[in-house]
Amino acid sequence: MDDNVKKIMHVMRRAPHGSIYTYEGLEMILIMAAYEQDLSVAFIGDGVYALKKNQNTDGISMKGFAKTFMALDGYDVEKLYVDRVSLEERGLTEDDLLVDVELLDSAEIGRRMTEQDVVIHH
Amino acid sequence: MLHTINTSPFESPAMEECIRFVQPGDPVLFIENGVYAVQNGNRFSDAIAALQKTSPVYALQPDLDARGISSVDAEVKGIGYDGFVDLVEAHQVNSWL
Repeated sequence: MDDNVKKIMHVMRRAPHGSIYTYEGLEMILIMAAYEQDLSVAFIGDGVYALKKNQNTDGISMKGFAKTFMALDGYDVEKLYVDRVSLEERGLTEDDLLVDVELLDSAEIGRRMTEQDVVIHH
Repeated sequence: MLHTINTSPFESPAMEECIRFVQPGDPVLFIENGVYAVQNGNRFSDAIAALQKTSPVYALQPDLDARGISSVDAEVKGIGYDGFVDLVEAHQVNSWL
């Protein structure tokens, strides 16, 4: 693999509309994708809410960006990991999510973190 | 992989989330308001004790001192900035901001 290609994992940890973290994180992912880096995105804790279906932000005057996660595939960002515990403790299942993801145990996501060149939390 | 936590566990789920993902043997370092986690006898002492069964736990001494925390959970190692640098040199960093 090209030396200029780094393995980079973005970890989404916050609910989407209460702060700018998730949106900025998504922007960063798209920018890095343009540089053809080896990207993965892990959704843990409140981060899983970013992928919730049927988000409608019209009433809060915020840009809705949930659907942008669906576009990641088009940028070759295909490694989307969701922490099973985080999803279950929020009463959600895979059916509640906008995109196809890999549902993984925390230990497995933790193991994949150790394989990265860089891990960035949002 | 070195995990750093910089928020109070009373304010943020970062520590409890981190603990779930840490691989056995990986060191965990508490810095800034994160050091409140290791104050002896708080609500998180059991979690810290459990974590220590598989991982070494450190707290940045200047941050403990700045917050008046003199009694920390057993076997939590207070380290200075030089120790922080040693850890960063030896491990890749996973900063749970």
